[in-house]
Amino acid sequence: MIREIFRFRGGVNVPEQKSISTNKPVEKAKIPSLLTIPMNQHIGNAALPSVEVGQTVLKGELIAIADGYISAPIHAPTSGTIVDISDHPIPHPSGMSSASIQLKPDFEDNWAKLIPHDKDYTDLNPSELRNVIRNAGIVGLGGAGFPTFVKHNPGPDQNVEYLILNGAECEPYITCDDMLMREKAQEIIQGLLIIQHALKAKHAVIAIESNKIDAIQALKDSVREFPESHIEILSIPTIYPAGSEKQLIYTVTGKQVPSNGLPIQIGVVCQNVGTAAAVYRAIYFGEPLISRFVTITGDVNTPCNLEVLIGTPFNDLISQCGNSIDQIHRIIVGGPMMGFAMHSATLPVIKTTNCVLIDCGKFSSFRTSDFHMPCIRCGNCAEVCPINLLPQQLYWHSKSLELDKAQEFDLFDCIECGCCDYVCPSNIPLVHYYRFAKSEIWKNDRETKKSDIARQRHEFHQLRIEREKAEKAERHARKKAALKTADKSIDDIKKESDPKKAAILAAMERAKLKKQQQGITPKNTKDLTPDQQKKITEADERRKKNIVEQSSKRVDSQDKSK
Amino acid sequence: MMLTAVLVLGLMACIFGVLLGYSAVRFKVEGDPLVERIDALLPQTQCGQCNYPGCKPYAQAIANNEAEINQCPPGGEATIQALADLLERDPKPLNPENGSESEKTIVIIDENDCIGCTLCIQACPVDAIVGAAKQMHTVIADECTGCNLCIPPCPVDCIYIEPVKTDLKVWQWSKPTDISVTTV
Repeated sequence: MIREIFRFRGGVNVPEQKSISTNKPVEKAKIPSLLTIPMNQHIGNAALPSVEVGQTVLKGELIAIADGYISAPIHAPTSGTIVDISDHPIPHPSGMSSASIQLKPDFEDNWAKLIPHDKDYTDLNPSELRNVIRNAGIVGLGGAGFPTFVKHNPGPDQNVEYLILNGAECEPYITCDDMLMREKAQEIIQGLLIIQHALKAKHAVIAIESNKIDAIQALKDSVREFPESHIEILSIPTIYPAGSEKQLIYTVTGKQVPSNGLPIQIGVVCQNVGTAAAVYRAIYFGEPLISRFVTITGDVNTPCNLEVLIGTPFNDLISQCGNSIDQIHRIIVGGPMMGFAMHSATLPVIKTTNCVLIDCGKFSSFRTSDFHMPCIRCGNCAEVCPINLLPQQLYWHSKSLELDKAQEFDLFDCIECGCCDYVCPSNIPLVHYYRFAKSEIWKNDRETKKSDIARQRHEFHQLRIEREKAEKAERHARKKAALKTADKSIDDIKKESDPKKAAILAAMERAKLKKQQQGITPKNTKDLTPDQQKKITEADERRKKNIVEQSSKRVDSQDKSK
Repeated sequence: MMLTAVLVLGLMACIFGVLLGYSAVRFKVEGDPLVERIDALLPQTQCGQCNYPGCKPYAQAIANNEAEINQCPPGGEATIQALADLLERDPKPLNPENGSESEKTIVIIDENDCIGCTLCIQACPVDAIVGAAKQMHTVIADECTGCNLCIPPCPVDCIYIEPVKTDLKVWQWSKPTDISVTTV
């Protein structure tokens, strides 16, 4: 069967620059002297450290647990000692710090005891498979880092028609997926079969851009070893951004993911090839995700791909690639189209780091500065936009902070692929404007939400004050009324109330009188020393005096009140 | 002929009059929608810097044309612009008598010094301070609007202003610097 391939709208042909980093087989990167493992390597809640400073850990041991559903655990990339748990800079465009665990390797690289699944994976039900994948800390290795097990839970009513493995790797310079497909085709195929089993997907397709001839061949060879599987290796046209999820799904199936929707809504699940290989290792060997292929390329002497432990600092990798050819101008994580410039060379590799691109100012076909000229309304941006947006309108509205208008032009459908940026003859940083506008909208939403809560709380506060005032007034009134009754003399009560009460009062008075007449015999008054006797007489006198005073006062006050 | 025309028109006037009168009663709007709309644009810090005891009274004053739209320092230029758009008035710069626009802050109680006098709790317009008499108080940071009304009543000066922390979740892209060339 020959599948029809759908060509999405727009896109650009960019200089690939891929061959420079595919000459050497992938080597294992050296274990660095210190690993910094951020807790925030995926979409969702950051993981919570489950180790303490000073604790020794083995390779693959759990060091941070997932926090909530959309989160992923993190494991020790090698054996060693935990030396610090605090905030450290993370590879994020903000340049901010986030909670990280620092691990000092012992260079023994001792594995913890791994528990592979001795049973055939087909004996595991989808839920058990998801748990294994979750506990292995596997997240999407394509770049976004969405926890993989969540994608494998399409819900009871959803049928997955297509499972697409994304091997397009359309960004220039990046070759880590290419190398993975060449070297670990077997693992990818087996991982794909596991995911297909978990999702009960009808069709399984591996989509690869036509420029990766070796990778396509390697996968085709591997598929032959699984004759009963119906995996399709699909060569798709090389055009940027063919590897973007929505574009890839359209290319393969001809279906469009709805705006603000997810691929699962049209019965498609898309995964990166690296994720499939990680799933294979988790199921067959019980290995958690602790390393990944990273392309180190650009202005370095020997660009290459390395298998890097999570947490390895960039400059360790750069030195293993023969150092940069010149003073480093900037370091880009990701490709030149969608990547982010980083502020430091000591930042660590995380689960989503696919490429470290070194720029010494030598690759000029991509944006190198923020210097730009006014828009000449050429319309090139609209021609290349793969989402069919109007980048120029979005630009004007974002620039002048007309955010509601930008949203009317579907700002949030923008995938930030950078095609418009690339073709802009005025070098306007269009995507930067869209990112700015999006974060501005999010900020406004947050503030509106916060002010709504403040309004509610203030209104409740006022209500509470009013209520308390009313309650206080009521209490006051009640007390006053109670005091009035207490002030009434016994005679009054006698006069006005029922005979029963009067009888009780009379009895009480009689008892009091009797007591006074008889006198109360205090206890412990025998055999007293003269000193003690003296004190007692003094106290008795004081008491008598007090009683006299009080009664006279009472008479006074009664006189006054009368 | 003339009479018929007058009668017809008169009848129509009566019918429409009754219709209008009925709809005025039937579709009466409770409250003043303008005040609500103005209040929705205000930042709800309830700080009183506008010289009104809260955002709602200020909104009421604006609606009654008793107050200018430039008296809200926490809202700043953005709020003035939004109010100007809503009310179709000219935007004005923030009135310096009311204060100046500054970065968002919250307050923190130094729990070592707090004597538990409850004065700050009474001052807080949004009930964002918890504590009891002779017990330590603390600020619920998420609910604090940064109005600073709790600071003057504190007898031991243990309340401090702190800028709102930015973390990864609230981090924002900066606006691209406009370094375009207009003349060559």
